[in-house]
Amino acid sequence: MYYNLYQKKLQQFMLNKEQIAKRIAQELQDGFYVNLGIGIPTLVANYIPDGLDVVLQSENGLLGMGPFPYEGEEDPDLINAGKQTITTIPGSAFFDSAMSFGMIRAGKVHLTVLGAMEVADNGDIANWKIPGKMVKGMGGAMDLVAAAQNIIVAMQHTNPKGESKLLSKCTLPLTGVGCVKKVVTDLGVFNITENGFECIEYAPGVTIDEIIAKTAGRITIAPTVKEIAI
Amino acid sequence: MKKVVSGADEAIQDIPSGAILMLGGFGLCGIPENCIAALVKKGINNLTCISNNAGVDDFGIGLMLQKKQVKKMISSYVGENAEFERQMLSGELEVELVPQGTLATRCMATAYGMPAVYLLAGYGTEVADGKEVRNFNGKNYLLENAFNSDFAIVKAWKGDTQGNLIFKDTARNFNPLMAMAGKITIAEVEELVEPGILDPNFIHVPGIYVHRIFQGLHYEKRIEQRTVRKVSK
Repeated sequence: MYYNLYQKKLQQFMLNKEQIAKRIAQELQDGFYVNLGIGIPTLVANYIPDGLDVVLQSENGLLGMGPFPYEGEEDPDLINAGKQTITTIPGSAFFDSAMSFGMIRAGKVHLTVLGAMEVADNGDIANWKIPGKMVKGMGGAMDLVAAAQNIIVAMQHTNPKGESKLLSKCTLPLTGVGCVKKVVTDLGVFNITENGFECIEYAPGVTIDEIIAKTAGRITIAPTVKEIAI
Repeated sequence: MKKVVSGADEAIQDIPSGAILMLGGFGLCGIPENCIAALVKKGINNLTCISNNAGVDDFGIGLMLQKKQVKKMISSYVGENAEFERQMLSGELEVELVPQGTLATRCMATAYGMPAVYLLAGYGTEVADGKEVRNFNGKNYLLENAFNSDFAIVKAWKGDTQGNLIFKDTARNFNPLMAMAGKITIAEVEELVEPGILDPNFIHVPGIYVHRIFQGLHYEKRIEQRTVRKVSK
């Protein structure tokens, strides 16, 4: 968190991870309680717009997650769900794991941002298991996707082989069904609708044709589609 | 009502091989270090361990795995542990992966005397295999059973001789739930005090749930991911 950003003034094609995080931060609203997953979602904390009161929830039992501690001030009793040392902020609160998932299940957490291996055009998500590889477990991902009011996925549009991660049906074991509301990738921003992915924004330098070609699931283009502003 | 025991060895002395144990902690945060060391020393085996994680290779439940004391792990996330992976892939170790909130809530169900709960997590996934599904208000839920454990072993920050417990920061995690869910609950604490010292307004787990308590020694409190920020110049 709190990285210095060295924005290169090169022509941009597609969004980098920081820019995906920055775009997702535009979804935050004043008073939101938010759970951020590991990876790109964690970076969203760096771009919370000034003046917005946003409280970060860590599912191991903390509301009001602060930045990493200064060196020498790490406390082994104070970690986030990624097991990283963190700090509290004025107004923080601790609680046990049942209450933590209770508040998630009861819809008190307004937004969950998490990564994914695959998303289907009906909102199914797969992000915890690749059959045949070592299985580490789902952690809190299944609970979060089943219950959060609003779920945004942050991920690359294609896998390292160049294959689409936006599918008509997930091929990997599911984490949750019909739960994703929005996907932000390096190529664009997509709502999940009855008609599949709806492209509402595209990244600078990316064409609609490219987005359509790299999306395996059903896709429509919003009449109001525009370039992502970050 | 004598709950205070001399230490971890006495606290766990009657735990037999084959027992079902709940062990508090999230990663290495808030784990009962003293009791784990005593279980390793005692050398009992065929244990079923209910714990969010399985430690790392050389700390936490990882120490019990190295001595092949664990028959089955019930956890939500078991990465960070090469010996665990080896035993799981070779079939020596049985593993049941449970969504983290489901794990916590099944502990809570036990703690509150409820046989089962309906939960959203995992509907439509392989976690739902073989489970009863019921629709409430248009949403599908899985019937998840409470846990049945023989011993719960937890770590608290402060405790008193009545068994009242207070936890610190995110070392709380699963500890209160498991403390309340054990048929026999063993609590190791960093500071054990006489009754009346702890403010009753700030007790997280009342002593009725705790059967044995002792002040632990030499807490290592290992950090898994040390992350810091630079002092701004």
